[in-house]
Amino acid sequence: MRYLYYPGCSLKGTGRAYEESLLSVFEELRFPVEELGDWNCCGATAYMSVDEMKAFALAARNLALAEQAVQREPVSLIAPCNACYLVLAKVQRSMAQYPHIGRAIADALVEAGLSYHGDVHVRHPLDVMINDIGLDIIAKHISRPLTGLKVACYYGCQVVRPFATFDDQYIPTSMDQLMECVGATPVDWPLKTRCCGSSLTGTIQEAGLRLSYIILKEARDRGADAVATCCPLCQFNLECYQRRMRRAFDDDIDIPVAYFPQFMGKAMGLEDHRLGLQRLFVPLTSAPALV
Amino acid sequence: MIMEPSAPTEETRIGVYICHCGANIAAKVDVETTRDFAATLPGVIVARDYKFACSDPGQEMIQQDIGELNLNRVVVASCSPLLHEKTFRNACAAAGLSPFCFQMANIREHVSWVTADPELALEKAKSLVAAAVRRVARARALTPKQVPVHPDVLVVGGGIAGIHAALILANAGKKVYLVERRPTIGGHMAQFDKTFPTMDCAACILTPKMSDVKSHPNITMWTYSEVEEVAGFTGNFKVKVRRKARYIKEDLCVGCNDCVEACVLKKEKTQVPDEFNVGLSKRKAIYMPFPQATPACVVIDPKQCLQLMKGKCAQACVEACERAAIDFDQEDEILDVDVGAIIIATGYQPFNARKIPEYGYGRFDNVYTTLEIERLVNASGPTGGEIILRDGSVPKSVGIIHCVGSRDRRFNPWCSNVCCMGALKAAHLVKERTGAEVFNFYVDMRTAFKGYEEFYDQVLAEGVQFIRGRVAEVTDWAMTPAEQGKLVIRVEDTLIGVARRIPVDMVVLAVGLEPQPDSGSVTRTFNISCSPEGFFLERHPKLGPVSTFTDGVFLAGACQGPKDIPETVAQAGAAAAEALCLVDRGFVDIEPNTAWIEEEFCSGCKTCIPLCPFHAIERDEEKGVAVINEALCKGCGTCVAACPSGAARQNLFTDEQIYEEIEGVLSYA
Repeated sequence: MRYLYYPGCSLKGTGRAYEESLLSVFEELRFPVEELGDWNCCGATAYMSVDEMKAFALAARNLALAEQAVQREPVSLIAPCNACYLVLAKVQRSMAQYPHIGRAIADALVEAGLSYHGDVHVRHPLDVMINDIGLDIIAKHISRPLTGLKVACYYGCQVVRPFATFDDQYIPTSMDQLMECVGATPVDWPLKTRCCGSSLTGTIQEAGLRLSYIILKEARDRGADAVATCCPLCQFNLECYQRRMRRAFDDDIDIPVAYFPQFMGKAMGLEDHRLGLQRLFVPLTSAPALV
Repeated sequence: MIMEPSAPTEETRIGVYICHCGANIAAKVDVETTRDFAATLPGVIVARDYKFACSDPGQEMIQQDIGELNLNRVVVASCSPLLHEKTFRNACAAAGLSPFCFQMANIREHVSWVTADPELALEKAKSLVAAAVRRVARARALTPKQVPVHPDVLVVGGGIAGIHAALILANAGKKVYLVERRPTIGGHMAQFDKTFPTMDCAACILTPKMSDVKSHPNITMWTYSEVEEVAGFTGNFKVKVRRKARYIKEDLCVGCNDCVEACVLKKEKTQVPDEFNVGLSKRKAIYMPFPQATPACVVIDPKQCLQLMKGKCAQACVEACERAAIDFDQEDEILDVDVGAIIIATGYQPFNARKIPEYGYGRFDNVYTTLEIERLVNASGPTGGEIILRDGSVPKSVGIIHCVGSRDRRFNPWCSNVCCMGALKAAHLVKERTGAEVFNFYVDMRTAFKGYEEFYDQVLAEGVQFIRGRVAEVTDWAMTPAEQGKLVIRVEDTLIGVARRIPVDMVVLAVGLEPQPDSGSVTRTFNISCSPEGFFLERHPKLGPVSTFTDGVFLAGACQGPKDIPETVAQAGAAAAEALCLVDRGFVDIEPNTAWIEEEFCSGCKTCIPLCPFHAIERDEEKGVAVINEALCKGCGTCVAACPSGAARQNLFTDEQIYEEIEGVLSYA
């Protein structure tokens, strides 16, 4: 199995820390991943809602490139951003399930000199960490376990819905297992997959802010020192608006929100800059166990 | 292939009748053209179309033609033979024509109901009529076989349906075997505290019937037993029943419970969830299912008893039993019984609420099912009749969620019929016992039937709140201090168009009804059908609601579809009446579809003998040919298909009849 890495736009922009930490952790685990060459935007949910077929074709180009890159060897395409993961998985399924979509996209790819046979496995890094690398291997790389750190694992809405391929649809546990593996204590809480507000934060901020606040407040009330995420938009919404939340809800909410590989890297003893920790607005080290 | 002696000696005079079935057939099939076409077929003396051939005037028309036109064959092109073959055969017989000189063509289920294009429908109707005409020309007058019926009846399942049916039959003087798989009869009804809408105490009306069953001289009650195998046919079933070892001598045990007291598994962690209390309490390895269990006889759980599992135990129970009723060496027993009719009343299972994780059952302590509430309310239940939370406190607010697992395409699309009333009952009881504020979350209120709507009104007047909307989730995250420590029900109130959050102390899930998990194997044992979801299929949804497609096997209760107690009891009575009808008549007509050997073609090769599943064939050593015992032959046709020389023939299905029918379909035009 070859592992290609599809960053998507976020991991080169607001979610740079996700890319930095994830690739550093893979490197530390001696797990080889290569970035997909000439990748393009997945279209996210925005394009899908405007013109589904064109959005499919746009995303399918990435799958075709991945297949081409490995010359039909078995290949996993790792999409760390939840939106990218969902869009790529959706295209994959729609092409297989609905012949008219499959044909239309195949025609579009031919125009670009490409073809796609449906052989790429679209994977989320949580899935790869748990099922391909394995908790026992990860445990061997832990030098500074995050003992005493209580983490609320927040998965976001897209990673298990509608396709629950590697985790439970209602009560996912893969990130909790990882956090436990690195020595932290995951808190039991019911909002793991509740909406963070997504793009509402940029459009109807009042509504978006409230949704983000609900998540952070509950995490804090359950005793969490920090929130772990696996999606750049979730991380952005939850972390960057805390000052506004404090004002809007008259609450002193102040909690670090970091990507799950940042926690893993910390426990592996990697330097902060390799994990993009300097990019956080609410420093991870403000959690008592990490001081 | 050798064809049988062709054309009958007498002149073939066929009457063909095309039925309109109101608009069912006539709206799609051009019946006049079909009729005119039929009139041109060889041997057809008269062809008519008629609005309803099965009606009295329709039958009289056919009978009149038989008499006046001297018909010796009749074809009716109408519905499925399952529905009316008997009707028309009887009509022919009444006019003096052999019922086996009648042939049916199904132009409703096979044509008008399933064909969109009228032209194609006409073509198919014509081809089926031509096939039937050619086949009937080869029909012979046969004499139906009559066989005696065994007068005893088997009732499978000892819930209220089985109990009621067994008592009716026993009171009519029939000997009944009542087989129940659990250690006691009573079924789900025994677990209920009250019954809607009258709030009768369930035990008060059920337990007298249970003891009637036990003491009735005509009823043989076998609990902790299952039907293993059913052979034979209507009127003459041979049934194997496995009586599972309960490790207790049933005739010695008086149900004093001394052994239960004595059982060494005194620590709670060594005990297992009590099935009768739906896991709200624990029981030991030796136990009485509930105080009024019938028979009043304990049972030992072999998966928990130390003696049976490990062969090592102080056997305090044996010491405690003054009557020496405990027998660890007991083994399963197989009993054979002959019965004339079978009533299946195997009931339902409640929907497993864990399948809907967003409702929190199994995750949150204070989410219950309606069945658990019945046990909490019951005076002999785990809390002595108090509705309390797991921490022992009394709930101040309770949310009852309807349609859990029902009317939900993710799980079961059907309405479970009983849960609206069950939820109202729970609301009333909670209100009455605790004074809590009660919210019912419903999709639609379904309170048809006698006294039900009035009960709904009463519960409304008691101040129970009703919120229309399917609950999105039950959660424990709090938005406000008032929600802290509560279960929050999130729902869209569709009457005011607002998403609401309602904090409560207790949630009750009105779980739906599902087929028993092993309904598939029951259909195979009894040779009956079930719908795709697993409820047993009745012969006709309106006119044969308790019969099955297997003669002599009848249905009662929720195994056929979700039902409440009044409906179950009514159906059980109907099933008992049907069974009584069969066994009281004393004999059944058997289709004369047996096989026979054309001796001059038989080479005596014995191919057929080992193939016959009923051991009906022997070799006549003197003549060197096979001989079929007609009394044993069931007309399966295996020997007919296997015979290399075509000597084995089958009545009603001769090669000639089949070939003529095929020719008719292929070359009618």
